Amino acid sequence: MASILAVDDSASMRQMVSFTLKGAGYEVIEGVDGVDALNKAKGRKVDLVVTDVNMPNMDGITLIKELRALPNYKFTPMLMLTTESGADKKAQGRAAGATGWIVKPFNPDQLLKTVKKVLG
Amino acid sequence: MTIDMEQFHQVFFEESFEGLDVMETGLLNLSPGTADMEEINTIFRAAHSIKGGSGTFGFMDVSAFTHVMETLLDEMRDGRRQVEQRGVNVLLGSVDCLREMLAAIQSGDEVDSKSVSTHQKELEIELNGSRSEATGEAAEIVVPEPDKAEDSAVNLGWHIIFCPHVHLMKTGNDPVRMFRELEELGDLTVEADFRGLPEIQDLDPEECHLSWDIRLEGDIERHEIDEIFDWVEDDCDMSIISFADEAEKNRPAEEDLVAGEPIVEKVVPAQETAKAPTKQAVKAEPEVKRPENKPAAKPASASIRVDTAKIDSLINMVGELVITQSMLSSLGEDFDMTKLDLLQSGLSQLESHTRELQQSAMGIRMMPISFVFSRFPRLVHDLSSKMGKQIELKLSGENTEVDKTVIELISDPLVHLVRNSLDHGVEMPDERIAAGKPALGIVHLNAFHRGGNIVIEVTDDGNGLDGDKLFNKAVEKGVVEPDTQLTEKEKFDLIFAAGFSTAEVVSDVSGRGVGMDVVRKNIEALGGHVEIRSKLGKGSTFAIYLPLTLAILDGQSVAVGDETYIVPLASVIESFNLKPEMVSYVAGRGETFRLRDEYLPILRMDNLFGVHRTESGKGSDGLLVVVEGQGTRCGLLVDDLLGQQQVVIKSLETNYRKIEGISAATILGDGSVGLILDIPGLLRLANR
Amino acid sequence: MARKEKKLTEEEKAQEKEVQRNLVQYLSFTLNSEEYGVEILRVQEIRCWEPVSRVPNVPSYEKGVINLRGAIIPIIDLRERFQLEEANYTATTAVIILRVEEEDKTRIVGIVIDSVSDVLDVDKRTVQESPSFGSKVSTDYISGLVEVNGKMLTLLDIDQFLSLQEEEEKELN
Repeated sequence: MASILAVDDSASMRQMVSFTLKGAGYEVIEGVDGVDALNKAKGRKVDLVVTDVNMPNMDGITLIKELRALPNYKFTPMLMLTTESGADKKAQGRAAGATGWIVKPFNPDQLLKTVKKVLG
Repeated sequence: MTIDMEQFHQVFFEESFEGLDVMETGLLNLSPGTADMEEINTIFRAAHSIKGGSGTFGFMDVSAFTHVMETLLDEMRDGRRQVEQRGVNVLLGSVDCLREMLAAIQSGDEVDSKSVSTHQKELEIELNGSRSEATGEAAEIVVPEPDKAEDSAVNLGWHIIFCPHVHLMKTGNDPVRMFRELEELGDLTVEADFRGLPEIQDLDPEECHLSWDIRLEGDIERHEIDEIFDWVEDDCDMSIISFADEAEKNRPAEEDLVAGEPIVEKVVPAQETAKAPTKQAVKAEPEVKRPENKPAAKPASASIRVDTAKIDSLINMVGELVITQSMLSSLGEDFDMTKLDLLQSGLSQLESHTRELQQSAMGIRMMPISFVFSRFPRLVHDLSSKMGKQIELKLSGENTEVDKTVIELISDPLVHLVRNSLDHGVEMPDERIAAGKPALGIVHLNAFHRGGNIVIEVTDDGNGLDGDKLFNKAVEKGVVEPDTQLTEKEKFDLIFAAGFSTAEVVSDVSGRGVGMDVVRKNIEALGGHVEIRSKLGKGSTFAIYLPLTLAILDGQSVAVGDETYIVPLASVIESFNLKPEMVSYVAGRGETFRLRDEYLPILRMDNLFGVHRTESGKGSDGLLVVVEGQGTRCGLLVDDLLGQQQVVIKSLETNYRKIEGISAATILGDGSVGLILDIPGLLRLANR
Repeated sequence: MARKEKKLTEEEKAQEKEVQRNLVQYLSFTLNSEEYGVEILRVQEIRCWEPVSRVPNVPSYEKGVINLRGAIIPIIDLRERFQLEEANYTATTAVIILRVEEEDKTRIVGIVIDSVSDVLDVDKRTVQESPSFGSKVSTDYISGLVEVNGKMLTLLDIDQFLSLQEEEEKELN
């Protein structure tokens, strides 16, 4: 069973993402912000990271940058949840090492489709 | 897979309302001209979350509205826009509008689309300046560009040349994954080009040196392919040419490409395709439509947020209780008198655990008063600018915890008192300067515990109350008789009489004096009272006294004749035997006694309550319980002290009515009803 | 013949239905050998008289409050309320616990009566409005008079009766 680290400071989004992924049989670890997610990611390995961009304490782009620097996460797919207006965010994310993005708003089907795409 | 998104709505609404509060507080903290990046960022994030959530959960009008706010905030955040009072005010208005929108959607009501479009216009004007007004109409008709060329003919397939940059895999992307996806679109032939591969000793397995020549056959639309390469477009060189176009073109061009030449045709940047629908959403016609999946009207559940530490302590307590219980039950299995000590200690443990458990459970209902206070910065900001006054609001004691019910019920009375201070208390700046005060008036909201009460004070450094003016007004209004003798304090209390107003000009801020009587009634309904302290020219303080917790009270049981009454322990100062020689008489009737340096009145409870005495001969030789209520002290003469216990407060008014001198009832150990004394009420009763 | 019989029963049925529709059940009780009735739908329970906790400075007919499974319920002595001669409480003295409907809430109130008699079916159409007794007897809380089994039954309007009580107190204040 693939494990996914879902990071979002918004409880409703986190719940939705987590619920959707769990429903599809993935193991989901939730993070409430970048710092929390980084702590949870350290010392283990997840198969995919799905993170929001705008978060307190540590934003999603920094999180991706930090994770990429860890040996365990060198090639781990990492997806950002961005809004349509975040063109420059996408560029920043890519520079930080993000694999791709899911554009908000998205529905559970879109999320699953994208996740399947990277997890195979 | 279908997922019922409605299950997340409640959480979404809760966090959105919280987000709005955060935005409001943040906006109020922003001082024009300066850019507190941290503050702006916080506000931005809150807006961003609401937008993201509302879009995801299908509240498109909320999402569109928030988008404009977000854009404005984004410009402030990037320093492209100055933080100006006007912009802040527009944003504050939008926060309110958004709050109403969300509340309407949550309760399944109609959204006030007029208000929404008004606020949205204001935002857009703020955002675009005059430009918006000029081009506003045109801007609304931005339509996503239709997929043009690709639609024209039936496509046979695509020739894709994909040359990833060496670091492609470091973003977690994998060409194999993309090929797999392409395969799902049609017949795929992939040829790898090894020419870029370095010598084996130079090979870094983490780098990608291959490129691929891909032929994909089938009637496939261009954007389907773009989507697959969307994430890597900046990390590769590639060309995507339809078989049809390719046939028209010269082969050599392609040869060049394979050799690593600059790209002939570039993928349409993803953000452009994605942008079009956004614009459409933002510039949607002002008539905001309700989302299609209108949520059914559901009553908001009365939930309460509890600090996890409180839950933990509660769980600990329950654990202790279970241990004590099992200890006691094993003791009961083969009990004999030698184990009496064990039983007694077990029982006393049980008692202390039960008490602690009760306190923890009550603690869950306790919330910091900041839940109420947090709305005042906004209120003061809005009202003072409306009235042209300069007022600073000070808050203190926000962490004072009060019962949840108090939080819910104290808000309105408090708003009224603060409005009153703003309107009638603090003077206009020029008046203040003329009176030798700083132009900036101060209104101070303070909460603290005192004795068994929580005290919430609203203090202003304004004009103060003029007792004589109040009295004259009251006479004029027929509230009191002209020959009534009133103390200064009693004159102040006239403010709480129904239909009383002291403002020379009736303003729309604090209204026509309607409400101060309601304020007092509401506070009294909570078992509390209001006190006014004021000095003419210096300012006034309205102090609300509320019982600390509403449901449980530490009581002192007293016997009066055959009857039992409960005195709130918090109001008891001391008790002693009253000897006849301690009593002195005022005008031959009023009984008083001297407590240290103070003469206090004696209230004979048997007389006051008309208690029938079965036994005679009890003169003044009873027990005097010295109590304090509303700052006044007196001695209650009772027959006996019966003991202290915690009692559960039961309202008398649920099935009966308010009784003077009685605040509530409780059920005593023997199942009978005991009445809880209301000290201020007793004093009123005695003075009649 | 058969047809006629059937027709008759249908008529009877209709009549029966009409009667049923107008039937209201009353709990009857005695007070100073007079018969009174309260709508049975308002009766929550009937209890024996038990000592109450006296409440100070209220009219004497408000005997006090009792603990009814955790709720505080006022007890009203109907004899005193109607200014009948005082009777000692005996073994048959009962308390009827009633639900009183007010504008915005329901209150539970107990009334003390001499003894409970019966449950009676009363046809609404036979209820007569209370005649006026001048100022001697207030009829505001009497919803009507009806004859049942040859005896007159005074039907009490509980809501009216207990809201009256409130008004009097307001006047007192």
